[in-house]
Formats: sequence, C-alpha cells, structure tokens
Amino acid sequence: MTDPLIIAGTTLSSRLFVGTAGYPNQQILLDCLEASGAEIVTVSIRRISLEGYAESLVDLLGGRYRLLPNTAGCATVRDAVLTAELAREALETDWVKLELIGDRETLYPDVEQLVRAAEELVGSGFTVLPYCNEDPVTCQKLADVGCAAVMPLGSLIGSGMGIANPAAIELICSRSSVPVVLDAGIGTASDAALAMELGCDAVLANTAIAKSHDPLRMAAAIRAGVEGGRLARLAGRIPKRRFAEPSSPQLGLVGS
Amino acid sequence: MARLRVNGVEEEITAGTVAELLAACGVDPASRFLAVAVNGTVVRRSEWPSRPLLPGDNVEIVRPFSGG
Repeated sequence: MTDPLIIAGTTLSSRLFVGTAGYPNQQILLDCLEASGAEIVTVSIRRISLEGYAESLVDLLGGRYRLLPNTAGCATVRDAVLTAELAREALETDWVKLELIGDRETLYPDVEQLVRAAEELVGSGFTVLPYCNEDPVTCQKLADVGCAAVMPLGSLIGSGMGIANPAAIELICSRSSVPVVLDAGIGTASDAALAMELGCDAVLANTAIAKSHDPLRMAAAIRAGVEGGRLARLAGRIPKRRFAEPSSPQLGLVGS
Repeated sequence: MARLRVNGVEEEITAGTVAELLAACGVDPASRFLAVAVNGTVVRRSEWPSRPLLPGDNVEIVRPFSGG
C-alpha cells in the first residue's frame, strides 16, 4: 500500500522526520536514522570553530538523507533569514525549517516575527516549513504567505510532554491547506501514533529518540507509532460510546 | 593586517579576500558544506577568491551541525 507524503511537489515515503542532535555517539545516530526509516533529517547551521576545523557528521549524512536545515535559536527576522540563506549556500537546498524563538526558556515561537520571516523567505524562493504554535490562525497565516507545510508544536521542545492540546492539533489538521508536521514534544511512540491519528501528515522526533535509554529501539518504536497511527487514521476509528456494546452475538447464549 | 570581526570575535588578520581569510583560519576553501556571509550578505563560493575584505567587515563562517 503506497501512501506517499507530498510536500512542495516532493514525494516522500516516510512520514517520520528525525533530528540529529544529542545522540550518545555518531554511530548510534547513524543506526537510529537507519532504523527510523526517515528520509528527511534536520541539522542546524552554526559558526565553525576557529580553533580547529574537522569534518562533521553532516558529511556522512549528506548523500543518504534529505537534509533539512533549521534556524534554531534565531530570535530576529534578520538572523533567521541570514541563517536560512547560509544554509541554502552550504547545503544547496531551498528547504528550511524556520524557527524564530520568542522566549529562551520555553522556546515558544515569536509568531509575529515568524510570519514576517516566512513571507520574506518564500519571496526569496525558499520552501519554508515553520515551527509554530498549535494555533489554527497562526497555521493559516503561515500557509497564506506560502509556507509548504506547517510544523505546530505538540508541547515544548525537548519536553517529552507529548501532545498537550490534541483538540487544537486535530483542528489544525482538519483545516490546513498544507501538510501538517507535528514538531516538538514527542516523548514516546504513542505520542507519534496519536499525532497521526489526529490527522497529522508527519511527525518530527529528536530528543525522544536520542535521549531514550535505548535510542535504536526507540527509533524503531516511533517509526512503528507513526506507521500505526497513519494506518489508523486512514482506517477511521470507531466512535466513542459511553456504555458497553457486546461484541459477541446475543443469540444462542448457553443456559438461556 | 586588517581588523575583522570573524564569527563574533575581533581579529587582526592578514586577508584581502574571503578565500585568504578562510586559509588564514585554517579552513580548506574546498571543504564541502561551508557558507560565508560578509556584513549580513551571503558570499557565494565562486566569489570567495575575488570578494575583498575591508577593515571592520563582519564575517560569518558556518557549516551544518547536528540539530533538531
């Protein structure tokens, strides 16, 4: 059964995006990416060290995955746009996961600046996937300025708190004109499954895998969660009922 | 010697172009995945040998790292 995800005309067979930060070591990262089945993996753009220059792990990933650079940590439109432009030059990709952070403690997006930066980058030919609040109005505005997808947060980055507001995520998914990628807050496989059941088109996970006790197993588990959740969404869940409904036949009961 | 701001640090460096600055910083300009901006504008790789640097220029030299 083929069920591709299409973002900005690009067909993807995996609905799991995986971040590359915080793994115990490079080999575990590589093994986790393999186990996750991800096609899109995220990277950051940072200043090189002037003390010494060494090949980075990204050199190993370039040929095997579609690298999605982020603008993590940027707090102004100017910094985010410059980081995106540097990423385009460094990685030869127009795609960018746009992050514009309004608060260092919670890493909540600065919505007003985010929309402005997204509009500017779309105008410069970028394929923009913004990390954003789980708010249908914000998501609509981002789609309206030309974003290729929206990436609402499930809960705070790195928190592992899962999907704090499932009703909002479901609402965003039901209204969005562009793919919805649940970003941030995934803690375990069931969170990823829930995201997909709510109607998300894909899920991004990083810390949940990298900081788990057994990252390789968790990568496989979250992959299975995404796949299971997607199948369940397509299958259509039964309505919830307040009382029992016997599943076995009511006729022919012994002793009646 | 020109006083440049390189990755946020004021440095006295003998470098007339972006390519010379990279060499002075011990960075092989042929390295993949590098990107450079001068005064907030990306300088394309093909322009590194010719793009002059002037005293006071603000240079960013970046590459991809792990990220989420």
